[in-house]
Amino acid sequence: MKLSIEDVVYVADLARLEFNDDELKIYCEQLTNILDYAEKLNELDTTNTQPTAHVLPINNVLREDIVLPSLDREKALQNAPSQENGCFKVPKVID
Amino acid sequence: MEYEIVIGLEIHCELDTKSKIFCGCSTKFGSAVNTQTCPVCLGLPGVLPVLNKKVVQYATIAGLAMNCEIAEFSKMDRKNYFYPDSPKAYQVSQFDLPICKEGKVSIQGEGFNKDIGITRIHIEEDAGKLIHDAGHGTLADNNRCGVPLIEIVTEPDMRSAEEARVFAEKVKTTLEYTQVSDCKMQEGSLRFDVNLSIRPKGSSEYGTRTEMKNLNSFRSLERSIHSETKRQIKEIEKGNRIIQETRKWDDDKGISFSLRSKEEAHDYRYFPEPDLVPIVLEDKYIQQLKDSIPELPWVRVQRYMEQWNLTQTDAQTLTATKQMSDFFEKTVEYCDDPKTSSNWIIGELSALLNESDADINDVKFSPQDLGKMIKLINEKTISGSVGKTVIKAMFETGDKPDQIIKEKGLSQMNDEGAIKDIVLKVMADNPQSVEDLKNGKEKAIGFLVGQVMKASKGKANPQSVNQIIKENL
Repeated sequence: MKLSIEDVVYVADLARLEFNDDELKIYCEQLTNILDYAEKLNELDTTNTQPTAHVLPINNVLREDIVLPSLDREKALQNAPSQENGCFKVPKVID
Repeated sequence: MEYEIVIGLEIHCELDTKSKIFCGCSTKFGSAVNTQTCPVCLGLPGVLPVLNKKVVQYATIAGLAMNCEIAEFSKMDRKNYFYPDSPKAYQVSQFDLPICKEGKVSIQGEGFNKDIGITRIHIEEDAGKLIHDAGHGTLADNNRCGVPLIEIVTEPDMRSAEEARVFAEKVKTTLEYTQVSDCKMQEGSLRFDVNLSIRPKGSSEYGTRTEMKNLNSFRSLERSIHSETKRQIKEIEKGNRIIQETRKWDDDKGISFSLRSKEEAHDYRYFPEPDLVPIVLEDKYIQQLKDSIPELPWVRVQRYMEQWNLTQTDAQTLTATKQMSDFFEKTVEYCDDPKTSSNWIIGELSALLNESDADINDVKFSPQDLGKMIKLINEKTISGSVGKTVIKAMFETGDKPDQIIKEKGLSQMNDEGAIKDIVLKVMADNPQSVEDLKNGKEKAIGFLVGQVMKASKGKANPQSVNQIIKENL
């Protein structure tokens, strides 16, 4: 399956990545190769196979509804590049 | 041209759990910013979320109460988006295998009696709160990140603002009765998104719809529907096309505006959440939850009408909240007088609550206390009008009715001897009235009874007074 440069730009945009033309060309080829490789799976007959929701054969891993201590605010914020009034500060977004 | 409005709702409801959906952080509302977070809900690398058992339970109960099919097998998925209200850059939600699907909720009102289809109910996590009014940045408070939600999605089955409001109210009551959510709208526990389109009346094709996001009151729900309907009709009549877009409602200005300019291609690239395993529910578990669902309000209304002969209006007023309805039932259980209990709760008690801007949860006395007071009236220990004084004192102090009656000396005089003394004195003081009465002027007895009541400070039993006057003519 041949990807177009536009496809790569679109996917990069969704992931907030920016590439120059050379990079776009390289990734276009690489992603095409990956998709071609995955395409092999379509050769299998999966008519009677349930879709896999999870690779582990385990269900219902649940916890009780019990409150545990949270982080101190200073600790929660310690890796934030910017903070103000006890909050994480990011460039202005308007919702 | 006459148009028909087509409305579907998405309702987000915060579940009433103590801890968050995937970690042990508290869900308490109104705490200091960023004091209820941990590596899991902050999306730090290397953490492992574990699903809260209560979330599965509450979502299942909500589904059962709305007549949904409960999925034997469901799973969580990642919905990817970049926005600073989500530190993980994705929301854990459910995509193709929601926990509940294909339900219905019936609604009644003026000119309609119909079922609203529930497309699905799924589990997901709430996002953080953004504060935009700071000078040159946006501030994120992540206390709400990971608070458990259910999202209820309806079919486009509603045809007016009224239908949408009645439906939303019924969903709220259902969630409250089943104790799945506290539904505190002022705290954002219940939020509505409205999908709305219009079409020429009689047409079976849908028009292009818009989505109005995050309405958090019934009033703004109705107002935004009226406003958006008008806007769409105006656009169409000008010959314009409706653009499929998300709009934001400004409740102060009473208008909505497009969020189109900021909207990017919505491509959430859902994929199965690798950190969480599927949810498999056994029939036995589902049946147990089904059996645990309390009697829902509309069933109660029927029962109050049939079993206790209450009017529909009274039954509906009493069942508006589970707390009020439970209070009423416990009162009846004690005094065995539904009609009188209903009158006192809807009348005097509601008036007292209104005056002090309180709700039934704030009442200091118990339903048994009210039942006791009603019994005292029925046994003629106090009169109905004295009851008003008693309930007011109960409301203010939380004291027991018999204690109040004793302290304030309010008990009705049933001592025939004592009443007789007063009656004879009143008759002696008012010979003209006695004469009139003897001459067949029935009205005169009213005056005499009034005088006796006055002399006894309202405590004499009026029937006994009547009786004694007649005996002593």
